[in-house]
Amino acid sequence: MTKIAIFDFGAGNLFNLHQSLLRNGAHTVDIVRTLNELENYDGLVLPGVGNFDSAISSIQKDSISLNAAVDSGMPILGICLGLEMLFNKSEEGILDGLKVLDGDVLMLPKTKVKVPHIGWNNLRIVKTECNLLKGIPQDSWVYFVHSYHIEPQDENLIAAITDYGSTLPVVIERSNLLGTQFHPEKSGKIGAQIMKNFVNICEKNE
Amino acid sequence: MPLSKRIIPCLDVDNGRVVKGIKFRGVKDAGDPVELAKKYSDQGADELVFLDITASKQDREIMKSMVRKVASVIDIPFTVGGGIKTLSDAREILLNGADKVSINTATVKNPELVTDLMKIFGRQCVVVAIDVKRNYDVDEKHTVMHGPDKDFYFEVMIYGGSKGTGIDAIQWAKRVEELGAGEILLTSIDADGTKNGYDIELTNTICSNVRIPVIASGGCGSSDHMVEAFKKTDVDAVLAASIFHYDKLTLDKVKRYLADKGIKTRL
Repeated sequence: MTKIAIFDFGAGNLFNLHQSLLRNGAHTVDIVRTLNELENYDGLVLPGVGNFDSAISSIQKDSISLNAAVDSGMPILGICLGLEMLFNKSEEGILDGLKVLDGDVLMLPKTKVKVPHIGWNNLRIVKTECNLLKGIPQDSWVYFVHSYHIEPQDENLIAAITDYGSTLPVVIERSNLLGTQFHPEKSGKIGAQIMKNFVNICEKNE
Repeated sequence: MPLSKRIIPCLDVDNGRVVKGIKFRGVKDAGDPVELAKKYSDQGADELVFLDITASKQDREIMKSMVRKVASVIDIPFTVGGGIKTLSDAREILLNGADKVSINTATVKNPELVTDLMKIFGRQCVVVAIDVKRNYDVDEKHTVMHGPDKDFYFEVMIYGGSKGTGIDAIQWAKRVEELGAGEILLTSIDADGTKNGYDIELTNTICSNVRIPVIASGGCGSSDHMVEAFKKTDVDAVLAASIFHYDKLTLDKVKRYLADKGIKTRL
């Protein structure tokens, strides 16, 4: 019985994500505002809505619990902003990031492309053994909505990239830490497969 | 690599039903919004737009529950517009599962609403709808366009295209971009309902003046009109309402046709 928690930054619209996890195999999905009871769950999702500083302020009080979850091996999926928060800092805000992963978050190249990057773009998978991308064909279309992108220090954690003005890392995987810059919950059938993969990863960890 | 061009079916909703007709005038029932949303999503729609065309107080409650139902059956982005006047109207719609809100008349009356929404929900949630009509009564504050017979300017219209504002659409598009709009939903009132094709002149003019994505709307009667819009302008997406209702044209067929014509689409 896979039980997944979605952390609520207070910026709304978690309904889609909630429904998507349920449609794709999770048995129970709770929207939580504290990470103190994470031991009751098999996986955690950091959603992709809101802005950097306010999201960081809402989760800062729970950073000890978050770090414990990271160390315990609990699968954690960061989506868009939820992924960006895991890094050191972001050009979107002045607060420090969660510093779970090394690297920064930068603004998209405004002079070269339209910002925000809104729409469907292709996924170039660079790490075929990535669990989150199991069964996903090369060049699949996924849905993006973002103005910032991650720049990880360690390139080895990049599992897929997308071209938009420059080459953007858009899927990362480092043991239990998973992240997508795009929105799998909005990416049609391909996104549904990615959500299923995440639920399966959580189930194995159960 | 450029993004795929988006094909967006628009569902005009009145009292919880999808209605069809020349926008804002005579209406005819076209089905259940949740069923149609699911069907279009399964057929390959890249996004959906719901416009609440009556937006009475009672209608708002129906809309809220409809948004929730739609959000639980589709896995593509969707936008809800019509009658959103305040931050709390927008919040209600977004909290119930919409990805974006489209605001129109309220933006003209209260431009700060765009900025407030952007600050709370992020730029990507804020679609500013601009309804535009050619106005031949030009003065020096307008960007003058040269028509075949007479000069005109592109005027921003409100209240469903029925009321002029005197505001120049080019200047307005730039302004809403600065205020925090993530996208512009550009409807040509001149083309709307004609089925003669999108307003290429207007679309080109606006696209070349902003750096945010633009969705062209009004006038679509066939797949060739979409091809024309994508070939002749820089537009990111096209909106079409009635051509998809009653299965006259299906999304998968339209998208394959576009791909054959060399337009980058998500198949």
